[in-house]
Amino acid sequence: MANVDLEQRDLQAAATSHRGDRVFNRAITAAAFVSLIVLAGIAIFLGAQAVPVFQQLGFGFVTSTAWDLNSDPISVGIFGMLYGSVLLAIVGLVIAVPASLLLSIFIVFIAPKKLASILTNSVDLMAAIPSVILGLWAFYILNPQAAEWQSLLHDYLGWIPFFQNESGNFLGTPFIAGFILAIMIIPITTSVTREVLGRTPPELINAAESLGCSLWTMLRYVALPYGRGGIVGGIMLGLGRALGETIAVFFVLKLVYDTNWYHVIESGGGSVATLIVSRFGEASGPFEVQLLLAAGFFLFLMTLGVNMLANLIVSRTGRLKK
Amino acid sequence: MSTAEFEQSVVALEQEFSVPAQQGPVELEARDLSVWFNSRKVLEGVNLAFPKNTVTALIGPSGCGKSTFIRTLNRLHELLPGAALAGEVLYEGEDIYGPTKDPVHIRLSIGMVFQKPNPFPSMTIRGNVLSGLKLSGMKRSNHDEIVEQTLISAGLWNEVKDRLGHAAGELSGGQQQRLVIARALAVQPHVLLMDEPCSALDPASTLKIEETIRELSKDITIVIVTHNMQQAVRVADYTAFFLAAENEPGRVIEQGRTTEIFGNPQDQRTLDYVNGRFG
Repeated sequence: MANVDLEQRDLQAAATSHRGDRVFNRAITAAAFVSLIVLAGIAIFLGAQAVPVFQQLGFGFVTSTAWDLNSDPISVGIFGMLYGSVLLAIVGLVIAVPASLLLSIFIVFIAPKKLASILTNSVDLMAAIPSVILGLWAFYILNPQAAEWQSLLHDYLGWIPFFQNESGNFLGTPFIAGFILAIMIIPITTSVTREVLGRTPPELINAAESLGCSLWTMLRYVALPYGRGGIVGGIMLGLGRALGETIAVFFVLKLVYDTNWYHVIESGGGSVATLIVSRFGEASGPFEVQLLLAAGFFLFLMTLGVNMLANLIVSRTGRLKK
Repeated sequence: MSTAEFEQSVVALEQEFSVPAQQGPVELEARDLSVWFNSRKVLEGVNLAFPKNTVTALIGPSGCGKSTFIRTLNRLHELLPGAALAGEVLYEGEDIYGPTKDPVHIRLSIGMVFQKPNPFPSMTIRGNVLSGLKLSGMKRSNHDEIVEQTLISAGLWNEVKDRLGHAAGELSGGQQQRLVIARALAVQPHVLLMDEPCSALDPASTLKIEETIRELSKDITIVIVTHNMQQAVRVADYTAFFLAAENEPGRVIEQGRTTEIFGNPQDQRTLDYVNGRFG
């Protein structure tokens, strides 16, 4: 048809011609960008601090484990700390994920309404405890208790490599630090998984019931697969919290400049955040501060990497083959 | 032939023709069934029998308890909060609410298809067909055969045989509804309850489902709730008319052969309803 000469009218301009909308749109857009700018700013600042450190120490900074500024040349490496952060987070998740899942399953599918709302509120309240309070509580109350549990673990399950302990000292272990992390992860993960499971469409539950499901098979084949993305997301939020948590871990973990690979009930471990908080106050000079900021940069990178990996896993497993 | 003999043979013939056409044994039967949600009585004194391998349509205006009624027939009703019931439901002569009855077995023998197509979105087409086996813990080795047979029975095989591994969500609404019929058939039920299975579908899909229902009724007993009068006439051997007066529980007003209910109803309310004068 002869539509060559037709002039298209600008619908985009027309759609945003309402003045209030335009102002509101810009305000929202600006606010959205602020978070991106802050994130980028932090990354650039930390990265800039890391550059001279990397120039001086090379890859040794992330592949070795030491913190000795008096030797010549200085011997500094944060591998044990990076690895330690991950180990603590894993211990935390191993305890927190099953607990959160069971708790949300109970709240959503089993508990009577009143009990469910009491539980929901009290779990949410757990998130309001300041981590310094948790740390103090862990140091004075939980630590001696947990030493007992760990010694039992060692006595009965010591043949499993994870539960070996040669020193006989059960204080300041990755286990206890991971346990405290679990207490901090549980409210976050539970509130997400509870929400996700609660949104399982009733017609799917109906279908499962009409096919003779039990609670377990309904969860396994219907509710959990339906909520998989959200559940993994909740776990990731918990993981982020665990990797970056500082003060509570600082109270209970005995920081050693060595790599504790998997002896979770052996005294001593590493954590980047705890390294920073424990060294920062008594840093010997601007260079040590720079070292700590560089360590922070790698913690930042690692957290980013873990989150991206998790997103990849979610999108991979969530897809049905075509 | 004497007069007496002639009269006898007339009586015999009359008896023969007055009995309704051959009707199989009763597969499922509700006896004096009343149903509550908390203190609200929603059904009262329902007596209905479903002969083996027939289709029975339950008709009546919204809110008269038809859906609630079929949910009592395979013990789904009890899963709703505040649900209560009096009376009996006999399946193959035994009360399904008896103390020794396992609700899982009941639900496997008496399957259900819902109003809105509800395939499991996280599963493939094949996975959906087999999901009942997983959910109920049934062990079967001939999975391929089950998938093919049930999809053929549900009239879907030709449309999906080349993409059994695809997500069930790719199918159209009508195909999804036939998929969930296949899913219900895979656990080999003897009775299939259908709660307005076509109300969310277009006319062409509706006709396909109706064909499927006619085909299936050769082997299983079907109870279908429908708001579509023509559908009841097309698919059902028997029809029961439910009605609830204002603030009263629902009751069965009239039941019988579909041709009778629509052609020669005995109750004025049935006549009004099937002629579209209310509801």
